[in-house]
Amino acid sequence: MHTILEKKLIAPNEYDMWVEAPKVASHAKPGQFVVVRPTSKGERIPLTIADYDLKRGSIRFIFQAVGKTTHQMARFEVGDSLSDVLGPLGRPSEIKKWGTVMLVGGGVGIAALFPILRELKRVGNYTITVLGGRSSELVIMKDECRRYSDELIITTDDGSEGIKGVVTEGMKVASEGRKINQAWAIGPTIMMKFASLAAKEMGIPIWVSLNPIMVDGTGMCGGCRVEVGGEVRFACVDGPEFDGWAVNWDVLMRRLQQYKDEEKLSLEQYMAEVESAL
Amino acid sequence: MSPKVRQKKVPIAEQKPEERIRNFDEVCLGYTMEEAIEEGMRCLQCKNAPCVAGCPVTIDIPGFIKALREGNIDESWKILKNATNLPAVCGRVCPQETQCEGVCTLGRGKDFEPVAIGKLERFVADWKASSGDAPAPAVRRGEPKGKVAIVGSGPAGLTAAGDLAKMGYRVKVYEALHEPGGVLMYGIPEFRLPKTIVRREIENIKLLGVEVEVDTAVGRSVTIEELRSEYDAVFIGTGAGTPRFIGIPGTTLNGVYSASEFLTRVNLMHAYRFPEYDTPIKRLKNVVVVGGGNVAMDAARSALRLGAERVTVAYRRTQAEMPARVEEYHHAVEEGIEFRWLTNPVEYVGDERGWVKAVRCIRMELGEPDESGRRRPIPVQGSEFLLEADGAIEAIGQGSNKVLLDAFPELKLNRHGYIVADPETGATSVEGVFAGGDIVTGAATVILAMGAGKNVAKAIDEYISAKRLRAASR
Repeated sequence: MHTILEKKLIAPNEYDMWVEAPKVASHAKPGQFVVVRPTSKGERIPLTIADYDLKRGSIRFIFQAVGKTTHQMARFEVGDSLSDVLGPLGRPSEIKKWGTVMLVGGGVGIAALFPILRELKRVGNYTITVLGGRSSELVIMKDECRRYSDELIITTDDGSEGIKGVVTEGMKVASEGRKINQAWAIGPTIMMKFASLAAKEMGIPIWVSLNPIMVDGTGMCGGCRVEVGGEVRFACVDGPEFDGWAVNWDVLMRRLQQYKDEEKLSLEQYMAEVESAL
Repeated sequence: MSPKVRQKKVPIAEQKPEERIRNFDEVCLGYTMEEAIEEGMRCLQCKNAPCVAGCPVTIDIPGFIKALREGNIDESWKILKNATNLPAVCGRVCPQETQCEGVCTLGRGKDFEPVAIGKLERFVADWKASSGDAPAPAVRRGEPKGKVAIVGSGPAGLTAAGDLAKMGYRVKVYEALHEPGGVLMYGIPEFRLPKTIVRREIENIKLLGVEVEVDTAVGRSVTIEELRSEYDAVFIGTGAGTPRFIGIPGTTLNGVYSASEFLTRVNLMHAYRFPEYDTPIKRLKNVVVVGGGNVAMDAARSALRLGAERVTVAYRRTQAEMPARVEEYHHAVEEGIEFRWLTNPVEYVGDERGWVKAVRCIRMELGEPDESGRRRPIPVQGSEFLLEADGAIEAIGQGSNKVLLDAFPELKLNRHGYIVADPETGATSVEGVFAGGDIVTGAATVILAMGAGKNVAKAIDEYISAKRLRAASR
């Protein structure tokens, strides 16, 4: 069992959790993820690791309540336990001295970006961070990211903070008149798609962290297959990071829709249960 | 013994096809005590016992049948347990027709069927379990002979774990998924192998002192170096564990599954009980399953039970070459699964929303025998045709899973990506590390993996004992 040590609501519908998982904490590297099964009848969902604390043997993840599983997790409190946490899974990010790096984050993807940013800074890169969201309150972890960013650019759709517009606007500002050696983009699929297109236009190589539907997370089922450079790859073991220029975004977005009807039914039923219990 | 032996096996009760295709309950209902004894009477008690030689874990078959027909179930069960840690499983999923029953002396007589050895084995195991008296735990006193880590809790790992615990070792089994059992849990469906039975067998193994740690991916959650420094020996029995795809256009269309995903959702995650369980599965109407093995049969019959109106198995060879157990094939036919022999898909055709709507197939013909000894299927040019489908499931075999192997580059692999291990002992290129089961042989059967687990357990005992002796004499 994995006891919840801390839980905070950090933005509307977005939760920040520290959970006991000593084996994950002692082996985790930036870019890796865990598979969580919150209850004994629950499904297995992948969540990127936002941070890890070796001493306490705990890991942190930040999630948005969208479907039944994440809504259910949102109702867990400190002291409650998650049934299963498996990890760290996936290949770690390529941390080395690239030179100047640009890190683009959106939504809860910022949490996944954070440990990568921190490590890239630690090994001596010049770090430019671009964080985006619909409005100021939805751009999470600004202070934490600022600490490891040589430059921090914020974009909001409604102009409530920073540049009015989407992250690609911020990317333009960040890359103006200088060479960026490597970029990362982590966030909603549509954001990663446009960040990748923009990076390609600018000639900047870019890693993206893909989030297809997974079951086991260990290469056993092939449900997470994505198309990269015309080849079928498994995001759980070959990724989750892939070359953003080469990803077939349409396939990814289509496959993410596979269980839309079932997800809706499951959520409605859960919400009805919650309401009748109140 | 009565001079006249009945020619045919005592018939066994089964759920009727029209009923069972709408539920996931076990198809075969098992013998009653009277039936089991009557069937046991058919055993000739051969001195040379070819059946024992035909069994990968060398169960004393005439012995357990003799005890059974004398009504001594306890004794019969003890004889079974001596050789196998999973009798209720073996009795259900072994390909008996190519093993014990295939060489049964009785079955060689004209018009005679072999003794239903598998059905008798499951009878004894089930009877013992339902009799309520839990098997006494074999608590070992004194110092353990050593510590062994087992990676993977499938048939190979469980067998090795049970045997080593019986020999006096402290054993810990590491499992990546949230529940132990490997393919017995995620692969083989409930209607063929009820999960309560798998759990019961695992509980019996735990009673021997074996510890099981789930949610632990060796190579990720714990490194192989950590295991090697903590344990005297490590056994890798992770299974083949990664699905192969044919690689034809349309593989990423929605509605195209690997059998591993389809079956994992249904079995391990209980998707057939969605939304009571959270993991969904598509309720497909018209399913094409590709392949001719047990996994293909399991996927096809599961799809049917999920409500499909039509399930077609497309196999590139003919019925004669198909590797599925005879019983599974017969059950599938009874249930209305259609078979398209000499048929291979060449493309999944999608609709405008990106869902599969048809499978383009090509007819095959059989040419010269290939390295497996079976005649090689060759496409017939210009014979393409469409099979309508809203779902397709590929059950064409497994490759080696990289999660552990990538993290362990010192381990020598063969050209197929499987671990190179001594066929007798399971010793690998790394001292103290042994391997067995599908991760060595490529995808095979439960019982062959169990046989490997058994042999490796012996070899690990010898290895650790010799090491101790050397250390003591120094």
